[in-house]
Amino acid sequence: MASELLYVTALTLAVSGTATLIASLIGVPLGSRLALRETVGGRAIKVFLYTMYGFPPVLAGLIVYLMLSSDGPLGFLDLLFTPGAMIVAQVLLITPIVMGLTLSAVSEVGPEVKDTAKTLGANDRQISRTVLREARVGVITAVMVGFGRAIAEVGAVIIVGGNIQWHTRVLTTAIVLETRRGNFEYAVVLGAILLVMALSVYLVLSYYQERDRR
Amino acid sequence: MTAIDLSDVSKAYDGNPVLSGVDLAVEENEILAIIGPSGVGKTTLLRLASGLERPDSGTIAILGTPLTYDNGRDLPFKRHMAFILQKPVAFKETVSENVAYGLRVRDIDDTEDRVAHALEAVGMTEMGDRMATRLSGGEMQRMAFARATVFEPSILLLDEFTANLDPQNVGVLERAVVAYQRERNATVVIVTHNLFQARRISTRTTLLLGGRLVETGPTERIFEEPEEERTRAFVSGEMVF
Repeated sequence: MASELLYVTALTLAVSGTATLIASLIGVPLGSRLALRETVGGRAIKVFLYTMYGFPPVLAGLIVYLMLSSDGPLGFLDLLFTPGAMIVAQVLLITPIVMGLTLSAVSEVGPEVKDTAKTLGANDRQISRTVLREARVGVITAVMVGFGRAIAEVGAVIIVGGNIQWHTRVLTTAIVLETRRGNFEYAVVLGAILLVMALSVYLVLSYYQERDRR
Repeated sequence: MTAIDLSDVSKAYDGNPVLSGVDLAVEENEILAIIGPSGVGKTTLLRLASGLERPDSGTIAILGTPLTYDNGRDLPFKRHMAFILQKPVAFKETVSENVAYGLRVRDIDDTEDRVAHALEAVGMTEMGDRMATRLSGGEMQRMAFARATVFEPSILLLDEFTANLDPQNVGVLERAVVAYQRERNATVVIVTHNLFQARRISTRTTLLLGGRLVETGPTERIFEEPEEERTRAFVSGEMVF
């Protein structure tokens, strides 16, 4: 049981970590760009992003399932019921969150920061980098919130992953299974591990916020 | 050569004119004070002169080259200039890192000695490792001055740079401005509503009223023998707003 617990925990970290990395690579640059430059349809994109915050995970799971099923447009990838499918579902769910929170964080940096960088001789790229640097705690928060959402997610990963032992079972889907089986003690242990992960995210965030205040 | 040349410059916000047909030539190696009551467009004039804002009409040239408002194309000329905003912003890093900013964006690696020298000029030698966001108002202004002068710009624009500061900080900053101008033969433009300050440190003064320049001339003459009645009323304190 201990080795399975380790496997489930490691897979949870691997799937959610990879999904967060991909979502960040997409969401942070796009969110920053939306905040820093006037974009055609920017307002509509923002409304869409904020709407996607409440995107139901089971619906995300269903969409990814239909895309990856053998009859779907991406069926040839043969990803359904693999950790890869779970990553795709989580990326779909958390990218809008990472992008939206990055957009808010970068937008909150006042115009005087841009002006100051400009008056000190920064070029456009250096100005953008300076603004991003000033918004770094907000951007880190965006990534951490995305990761928190990913590891706590159950609806989408159970649909596209199938909760297969030693293959696609992660902490949340294992909790569902063990609760159904009546193995409450094991389910609580799994829940505690999830909580520790959430606490770790909070501690990393606090560290950066505190460092920023010093 | 003329350091900054504003020709027939006008600017309005939301249809309200702030500056109307302003002509002003800032000569090299002078300290020009732009005086006038609050809200007459002094800050706008400085923002236009720095290229931070674009005029509605008219042209602005820096060291003989008209601004195009394409930051990439204007940068070589704008890099000869530094502008200290009325409320300076500290980047979320140490005082030394803030001061080194202008050197970093110019890809100058050897920053340590220059930063130390710039901090020394404003009496902040011991404060380099402090978080800049924790500085007091006076310290922030002094750091902003060090940050703006560390890359030795030939043109320095200062917007109410000692507003709301205690006399000690005012003294430190005014001495630093005059010393910098003399050491580097720099051109300095200060916007101030403090007539005593304009008289103390500027070589030439111009009065801005209602979005127009009323009179420009040597500081001594503007204060002692103004040609315009409105100038006389303003510098003598008789003008009521």
